[in-house]
Amino acid sequence: MDFGPYLMLATLEGAVTAAVLALTASGLALVFGVMRVVNVAHGEFFMLGAVLAWWVTQMLGGSAVMGFVIALCVVPVLVGCLAALTDMVILKRISYDPERTIVATIGILYIFQQVTLMTYGPDARPVAPPFNTRIALPWIDFVDGRLSLYWPWGLSITSYKLAVIASAGVILLALWLVMTRSKLGLMMRATEQDRDMALAFGIPVEKVYAFVFGLGAALAALAAVLIVPIQQAHYLMGGDPLLLSFIVVIIGGLGSLPGAVLAALLIGLSDGIISVFFSPTLAKILATLLVAFVLVFRPHGLFGVRRG
Amino acid sequence: MTKSKTAPVKGAHPTRREALKTLAIGGGAAALPLWARYAGAQTSEPIKVGFQVHRTGIGAAYGRWYDRTTTAAAALINEEGGINGRPLEIVAEDDGTDPKRGAEVIEKFATQHNCDIGFGTLFSHVVIGSAPRAGELKLPYFVVSEGHHVASGMLNRYTLQPGITDVKSQVQAMAPFVADNLGKKVTMIFPDFAFGHDHRDYFTAAIEAQGGEVLEHIAIPPTETSFTKYFPKIPRDTEVIYHVMVGPAVLTFVKELGEFFGPQRPEMFGFIDSLEAVNIGSPGLEFLDGTYFWEGNPRYAQDNQSDYDAFFRERVGVDANGASVSDSKDVSTYAHMFGCWETLHVVKAGMEAAGYQGPQDRPALIEAVEAMTGLPHSNAHPQGAKIFNGKTHQVFGHQYITKVVDGKLLLVHTTSIEDTFYPDEVDYTTQAL
Repeated sequence: MDFGPYLMLATLEGAVTAAVLALTASGLALVFGVMRVVNVAHGEFFMLGAVLAWWVTQMLGGSAVMGFVIALCVVPVLVGCLAALTDMVILKRISYDPERTIVATIGILYIFQQVTLMTYGPDARPVAPPFNTRIALPWIDFVDGRLSLYWPWGLSITSYKLAVIASAGVILLALWLVMTRSKLGLMMRATEQDRDMALAFGIPVEKVYAFVFGLGAALAALAAVLIVPIQQAHYLMGGDPLLLSFIVVIIGGLGSLPGAVLAALLIGLSDGIISVFFSPTLAKILATLLVAFVLVFRPHGLFGVRRG
Repeated sequence: MTKSKTAPVKGAHPTRREALKTLAIGGGAAALPLWARYAGAQTSEPIKVGFQVHRTGIGAAYGRWYDRTTTAAAALINEEGGINGRPLEIVAEDDGTDPKRGAEVIEKFATQHNCDIGFGTLFSHVVIGSAPRAGELKLPYFVVSEGHHVASGMLNRYTLQPGITDVKSQVQAMAPFVADNLGKKVTMIFPDFAFGHDHRDYFTAAIEAQGGEVLEHIAIPPTETSFTKYFPKIPRDTEVIYHVMVGPAVLTFVKELGEFFGPQRPEMFGFIDSLEAVNIGSPGLEFLDGTYFWEGNPRYAQDNQSDYDAFFRERVGVDANGASVSDSKDVSTYAHMFGCWETLHVVKAGMEAAGYQGPQDRPALIEAVEAMTGLPHSNAHPQGAKIFNGKTHQVFGHQYITKVVDGKLLLVHTTSIEDTFYPDEVDYTTQAL
């Protein structure tokens, strides 16, 4: 494949990874920003999203479009409620103590993973995409000094992958609007800045915590519902998104939403491009190396705020 | 308590001397080693087969069907009177498709469950991780793995593969068909671990022997979930794509391969591993129509189906389309799982030839299996006749090539057993038992 079309394909593949990663990582960043909780179980909420999407579409039967749309609406809410419940039942009881929350979320990770294994089983199961047309992409070439279009071999994307990129953009925009323009966002930001002061001003901090934990998990679940027609639902699928989300959140700055989105683009695109031109292992090595450099030279991340 | 109960033997009023004597006998009996108690009952003790099964991890789909096939084979053997008149008991342990856990499971079989043999593993890295421990413990280890590691001499005298053929013989038998019917310029896509490397090394050599060449080797990590990024490496002048993939993401792999090529695909030859446990009618797989697959045993019941295959399907619970009779969406790993069935029958034949009584007869069992040669097409060997090579501990058999026609795999070519032969690379019989 020529270099130009090759790079374009790599960029498109990277953009799909980046879109899903941005959603998952912004959930993690939100939880850390507002609650100061390192949620190790975040990847399992992602996995639950995919598994429940399979379950919902399976239960409904009927057309792929209908099943998928319902899964897209219902599954993030279900996972969000489950997460809010775990917050109230577990994290609140240990007073959000940093060390204990890490251990508790590791426990939650194993509980969700093993319960899924015991009920859903060890298989990878597919969800049919609502639409999936292969779109061959043209490339520009100079022929006799004039621009002309041609269709290189293998340069293509599916309509569904484009839809994933677009919907991730829309969801992130909506999240940003909620955080900056709504009263709910104001309450979350107030809780983030100073928990005690927010409490003094009558903000129900405990409810905000439960909501934020649920919202973070719902974002991961949403990302999973979007990706599950491309990949398949499997009980171990939470590992990679968790690792990548941590990388993204550390690079972007702990708790910073714009930082998380930017870092997700950086990691997703570089992962796509480096895996295509060199090897997927090298892409992972470079991402981890970048984390090390960020930790050494800019410990608060690219967009993070230094905290006292 | 036991002693005082056994004391009044001779009458209601035993003398002090009599009582002491009986007590001494009772005490002596209690102190006897455990083996002596079963000395008379040994024939009814079950023969324990430690079954190392991929219940979880990337091999789980295979594990489920290996489990069902093994259970069915054990039930059949027990119905027919067991082994040497003793029932067969399967002791299953999950190895998580993980080599480290695999070695631990072998140790558990030998020391904790007191199994007579270990059996059943598929994934080559688990076999390679477990076999050295089996050799140290002198536990006969019957693998159902396809890897060339048994016949290559990499393992030891206690590891045998009598129920399934190895990759080297399979690909060698496929190469003439690929070169004659599909094309000579091949690009290979394979998983990046021992099993995939066997494909890479032996198919490359085999196609070169046919006057063809491999233009590009594309290795993909077995845990990968997204594949399109690898496909631009396929050279433009490729005539045949040779694909073999394993793991939970095989469906994504094949779908993305189709999306990458669109309407302009080259010829394709795949190992059914790329689609084991996957319904060939899944959405997105339409492009496979007209492509070819190697199958260890044809998934769809063919027109010339043997009675033995019909019997095997019925006993395991598989329908004519290769899916579970109770759930048509639960597609089997039909091209591999017969290996468990056939291996257990080889174990039975070996134990009966060796007059196997217990762990002390393990070396005799190894020697009895090594002495086997022809294994006729029968209910015990439903996939076809086989020839076992006692020196390399590897079995050789027919291979099947099927073509996708209207969403079904139809048999187009059956290789001879001789097509799969290659010179011995090891003689395990020279190693000490």
